[in-house]
Amino acid sequence: MSNVFIAFQANEESRPIVDAILADNPQATAVHSPGLVKIDCPQRLVIKRESIEEQIGRSFDLQQLHINLVTLSGNIDEDDDQLTLSWTH
Amino acid sequence: MTTIDLQQREIKPLRNTFDHVARLIGGDKPASRYQEATLGAQPTANFHYRPTWEPQYELFDASRSAIKLADWYVLRDPRQYYYATWTMARSRQQEAVETNYQFVDSRKLLGKLPDDVRAHACQVLMPLRHVAWAGNMNNCFIAAYGYGTALTAAATFHSMDHLGVAQYLTRLGLALDEPGVLEAGKNDWLSDPRWQVLRRHVEDMLVLKDPMEIFVAQNLALDGLLYPLIYGAFIDDHLATRGGTSIALLTGFMPEWHDESARWVDAVTKTAAAESPENKALITGWAKAWGNRAMAALTPVAEIALGSAGQAALAAVRADYNARCKKAGLEA
Repeated sequence: MSNVFIAFQANEESRPIVDAILADNPQATAVHSPGLVKIDCPQRLVIKRESIEEQIGRSFDLQQLHINLVTLSGNIDEDDDQLTLSWTH
Repeated sequence: MTTIDLQQREIKPLRNTFDHVARLIGGDKPASRYQEATLGAQPTANFHYRPTWEPQYELFDASRSAIKLADWYVLRDPRQYYYATWTMARSRQQEAVETNYQFVDSRKLLGKLPDDVRAHACQVLMPLRHVAWAGNMNNCFIAAYGYGTALTAAATFHSMDHLGVAQYLTRLGLALDEPGVLEAGKNDWLSDPRWQVLRRHVEDMLVLKDPMEIFVAQNLALDGLLYPLIYGAFIDDHLATRGGTSIALLTGFMPEWHDESARWVDAVTKTAAAESPENKALITGWAKAWGNRAMAALTPVAEIALGSAGQAALAAVRADYNARCKKAGLEA
């Protein structure tokens, strides 16, 4: 089974995003390396705006995650409420 | 020939956060900036002098409130505001307000307001500058005499937010009319009998001594009824349908801020009430008593704002307030 992944700069702004991803994707694993957090997940990984908002306690524009986004792999399905990475077409 | 081999080397920090933070978050793990700015910051010991005006208390003394909590740091702010996040959030909102003012100015929308709408808006909104100022003072009191940085830091931000609301109302008054409109609002606040119930209510809150009672009376009860009534029922539903949409644009900060800060108010209320049946009974009593007084104080204001429809609007707002209290775990 192939993984999708997404990596963020390791900083205060991406922490709640990473926490939200790990909470929403039980199979996801985070690998911390200097300055970087890479999250691997088999087949499919979803980032939900609502979960990030729960983490930070205020509203969040999903586009803000691009500020700290380093790299990703997988096909992207994105709207205002979620961003999904997967290998399905 | 020499080659330089560049290798990545990871340096693990010896500890993830401060000991006083680690104690409160269950061990040494990475802590958020909010946690590091808030937890363990309350001075707790080695106070040299007691306040000369109240020698029964220490300088920072949890017993100033009848509410008892084993650990006052449980009153966390779900918005996780510390200075940086709070200023950045408010700065974004300020930019949005500026944009709205530019939009309204460039299209001369205020000049197109019907005269009765302009006068009505000033009549209702200008005295509320003084209510917002009282909100500022009351939250300053919570910040000064409350206990636990989690509560007092957020109260400081909340007090400045109230001041911001007062300033936005002032700016609106100056945009709508001559500066004399502010004076007229003050005169109504001081002598129009329809504002005196609210003024008395506000002044009675200003002399309360228990920071948590002030919190409930001001932030939960009065603001919980006033903001939906004025910025919902009056501006959005009443004025906006009569050609006053530009006023809704220029006061957009207030309902947005009220919804945002209500999450903090609800979280503090809920956590404090959940700690013990005594706390729950106290907070329930305050929410009811101050809620009833705020209702009585807002009754004539609702009539100025909405005429005969005022009472129904106020009753609807009260029903929402009761539901909110219930959700926060207070008894009905």
